[in-house]
Amino acid sequence: MRVPLNWLNEYCDSGLGVHELAERLAMTGTEVERIGRHGAAETDGFVVGKVLTREKHPDADKLSVCSVDVGADEPVTIVCGAPNVDAGQTVAVVQPGAVMPDGTKIKKAKLRGVESNGMILSERELEISEDHDGIIQLEQHFDVGGVAAGAPLAEVLAPGQDVLELEITPNRPDCLGVHGVAREVHAITGNPLAELELGPAPEGDETFDITVEDHTLCPRFTARIFRDVKVGPSPLWLKERLSAAGQRPINNVVDITNYVMLLTSQPMHAFDMDKIRGNKLVIRHAAHEEKITTLDDVERTLDGQMLVVCDAEGPTGIAGVMGGQISEVSSETTNVLLEIAAWNGPNIHRTSQKLALRSEASGRFEKGLSPILPLEVQEIASKLMVELTGATLVSSTIDVAGEISQPQPIELREARVEGLLGTRIPIARCAEILEHLDFKVEMSGENLLATPPHYRSNDVTREADLIEEVARIQGVDTFPATLPESPTAIGSFSPAQKLKRGLEDLLAANGYSESITWSFTSEAALNKLAPGGELPGVRLRIANPLSEDQSVMRPLVLGGLLEVAQHNFARGADAVRTFEVGTVYNGTISDPVEHTALALLLSGAPHAASWRDAAPGEGDFFALKGIIEAISANSGVEIGFEPLDGDDHPYLIPGRSATLVAGGQSVGYLGEIHPLVAKEHDISGATAAELNLDLVAAALPAPTTFESFTSFPPSREDIAVVVPQNVPAAEVIAAVESSGGKYLQNANVFDVFEGEQVGEGKKSLAIRLTYAAPDRTLTDKETEKARKSITQKLEEIGGALRG
Amino acid sequence: MSETVEKIQSIESAGASAIGSVASLAELEDVRIHFLGRKAELNDILKSIATLPPEEKGPVGKAGNQARGKLEALLAARQEELETAALTQLLEQDRIDITLPGSPVAGGGALHPITRVRREIEDVFIGMGYKVAEGPEVEKVHYNFDALNHSPNHPAREWTDTFYFEDDVLLRTHTSPVQIRVMEEQPPPVFVIVPGKVYRRDSDATHTPMFHQIEGLAVDEGITLSDLRGTLLEFSRAIFGEDREVRLRPHFFPFTEPSVEIDVSCFKCSGKGHLKDGSRCNLCKGTGWIEILGAGMVDPNVFSYVRDSGYDPEKVQGFAFGMGVERIAFLKHGIPDLRLFYENDLRLLAQFEAGGY
Repeated sequence: MRVPLNWLNEYCDSGLGVHELAERLAMTGTEVERIGRHGAAETDGFVVGKVLTREKHPDADKLSVCSVDVGADEPVTIVCGAPNVDAGQTVAVVQPGAVMPDGTKIKKAKLRGVESNGMILSERELEISEDHDGIIQLEQHFDVGGVAAGAPLAEVLAPGQDVLELEITPNRPDCLGVHGVAREVHAITGNPLAELELGPAPEGDETFDITVEDHTLCPRFTARIFRDVKVGPSPLWLKERLSAAGQRPINNVVDITNYVMLLTSQPMHAFDMDKIRGNKLVIRHAAHEEKITTLDDVERTLDGQMLVVCDAEGPTGIAGVMGGQISEVSSETTNVLLEIAAWNGPNIHRTSQKLALRSEASGRFEKGLSPILPLEVQEIASKLMVELTGATLVSSTIDVAGEISQPQPIELREARVEGLLGTRIPIARCAEILEHLDFKVEMSGENLLATPPHYRSNDVTREADLIEEVARIQGVDTFPATLPESPTAIGSFSPAQKLKRGLEDLLAANGYSESITWSFTSEAALNKLAPGGELPGVRLRIANPLSEDQSVMRPLVLGGLLEVAQHNFARGADAVRTFEVGTVYNGTISDPVEHTALALLLSGAPHAASWRDAAPGEGDFFALKGIIEAISANSGVEIGFEPLDGDDHPYLIPGRSATLVAGGQSVGYLGEIHPLVAKEHDISGATAAELNLDLVAAALPAPTTFESFTSFPPSREDIAVVVPQNVPAAEVIAAVESSGGKYLQNANVFDVFEGEQVGEGKKSLAIRLTYAAPDRTLTDKETEKARKSITQKLEEIGGALRG
Repeated sequence: MSETVEKIQSIESAGASAIGSVASLAELEDVRIHFLGRKAELNDILKSIATLPPEEKGPVGKAGNQARGKLEALLAARQEELETAALTQLLEQDRIDITLPGSPVAGGGALHPITRVRREIEDVFIGMGYKVAEGPEVEKVHYNFDALNHSPNHPAREWTDTFYFEDDVLLRTHTSPVQIRVMEEQPPPVFVIVPGKVYRRDSDATHTPMFHQIEGLAVDEGITLSDLRGTLLEFSRAIFGEDREVRLRPHFFPFTEPSVEIDVSCFKCSGKGHLKDGSRCNLCKGTGWIEILGAGMVDPNVFSYVRDSGYDPEKVQGFAFGMGVERIAFLKHGIPDLRLFYENDLRLLAQFEAGGY
């Protein structure tokens, strides 16, 4: 919303500089996007001139040489190209040294040999309108009798002015009018607010046949009839106002509708009454797929929820959104029917959205304008119609309205003001603020009853809304800074939140950097994880994605981390160790399932190379398994590694991958990435893992309780077990642990050997056994016994003790 | 004094002198053998005590043992001296190149700057008595808009602005729906913050379709707008420095009434709007203030959606606020381009390896 400062000041002069005014508005709830400027940046050098003589240029047919009194000792010579310049005129002159609105600096110049000391200005040169057919003759527009030659032009016509560019919040459509903003200035400063000027009484009692079929969607439709309208250009002051407000002048009738809208916030529509077929208007629902060509020359297809304004033969406009071509005001128009209506905001919004047709009117109506406003605005518009177009008002307001509810009083309790704001504002001050904002206020004991003006009755319906009005005008920034007194509030993280933080720190300390990748992916990206096929599973698909690349919610994090690896290798990284903790999405739209995943990706060396370990080798399954084991140790949640089940993980190498198991269920996977998947991502290979952190958190153990440990030294013994190659180490360890007796503390594989010595198809596992008893040092006899039992058990699974 | 005793004394002094003059451990061993070995003169004397006349046995034995003890002590002392000297000499020759790099620990990983900033903000509010709540990202229109008092034609509901799965299911556009979910679950008082990802249908230089917010909600009896100011003042000082001030500007949000926007005094120019050299501060664009978040008192209509869980708008009141994590990260760490947050370039992440205490 562009509010020219001069226009605003006419209704309420803040007496403040533009910057201070902007600050005060911003601090009371009217956001100022910027302070703009219309016309010249500086007004110096723009003066009123009187043309004393005009002679034809000796060497140019179209130029005149004028002698112009600009208040100096001697008249100056100005060469002018306008056909209408003549002696006796009062004109706008720009003098050498001044800067034009378009940035051009005016200099003395010789035109065909005659020196010109400035320029006589046209409307276009002052950015008032597109008119450049001639210079402005000020005496035709203003009373210039008392204005001396050389007076600043601004005394008659501003060559440049400040414009407040405001961002009006959606709850304040009243501030989409200059008068509404002026009321804010009135409330802020207490300076007087000028009332809007109303029109004359009608001369006649003509009427018009208007029918509204649905008052829910059209609470009110009003019209006034004007005869003997002379369509022509608007006066200069009106054109100047409109252009400063960013609206192009068209003709006096259209300009009046725009001007009154910019003043009051209420859109309106002028019909050429003679083109309304059948002398009637019907406001009805559009028929399904009914067609209409709007003013912008586009044919639109409507639906049954949209309202149209029709004459006897069909629609002339889409209600509240845009008029049609049939009854548009033209230069031949002599009779005007001025429609000012109220529409249902959400319905206008829907229509405008469905048709992808936004207009100044729809943008205003969709915010919900008051159904009482049209009656006032008819009066304001009538005054201008009569004064500026020579029209006669021949009807009173033809008012077709449904039941219009009046705003109701709302109680404001003084104690509640302090209770909500934390600072006292005396009830008398509350009353003053509300009265400045046009509320009707009466005291009721300690409290007051405030009735909002009709144009605020959507926005202010409750005591809290009144308190907001009081608070913002009083200045929310003046309130004290206190803290809530809530002794029961204890801040803490949940165990799951602590786990997440703990694991993030653990991984960062172990050389993994955290990534945050998009929650969106695409079917194509997901299928890159399934060599030669499609990734199984159902996906949540966005109905209106920005692009196909971001059309599906990720069911796993892996793809994002592979892209991180791809990005970094392409930029010269020699290894990528990264993790992400984030949401993944499964299930269906009616029953979506989200969980927090912890994903890891290792590509390249598991740790940085150094002069002591120049080639740390490529990370593999076991490098990342070590990290998973560290996660298990850190969280206290036992994580098991079982062979991959099913074919849900086509992105892994089956024989080099595991299902992660905790709390008796699968919680994720760990494995080396399928070479074709790696290739799709331009990397040589990678190992990845993904854990459902919600399930891990659910398996968190109770807080640790102390267990006493023996002070007797343990005894250790190493054994070598030869087993068939396909027997997993875990099975061997399980056999050892189940048969090692109660003093066996642990059994760890510390070497794996395959070769001729152990025979084809076999491997030798070196296992360290640790025995201890709480009450004594164990004897050789006791460990010997355990060892025998272990030997026996190993034989059952095809193993043998070696050496 | 017998001859034998004199003999012992002379052996002792000869031994002491020999011990004092050896220069190496090998020489010391020779001296030990010479004076205390099995074939040494002193040993012979002690072995022959039995053959001495009775009146000499006592004095000779005593003198002999004394001499042996003294020589042994001297030997041990000298040995330690020589060993220390040898070790010192060895260590002096042992020289490493201390400028070679250390053996790397496994480290080198870093938390994402978003996580860093999110944690910092969480910690401030944990310290003020808040808990951390979370909620779904695939959300119902009810929680994202309706229960937050958004009018039926609020522009944010548009399919042009918000990602939808179907008419009633969307990607949450803010963390605010968790306000409702928390209040449904728990009667007042409530003090929670809600960090999380949010989504808007916008992608340009200053918008990414996914970003991070932190919501705050405090509801109890008697919580005021002044409490909101105080809370956010504490927050701003904790995050941006203890000299910061905050400014409240009235604004409009559907789910708060009154609503405010919060500015923090610029920490680059100390709120002056210009730098020491007189040039305009580009962080606050010369205004001295930086907008950091939106906030307000919870609208009574929002409470009416959770009245059955114990939220009577006549009895309880509170404030809510929401901020963008990327914006705070940009302000704190100067990360200039939103896209950098989601590229996950290791060169950026490595810059955040330091603890940032």
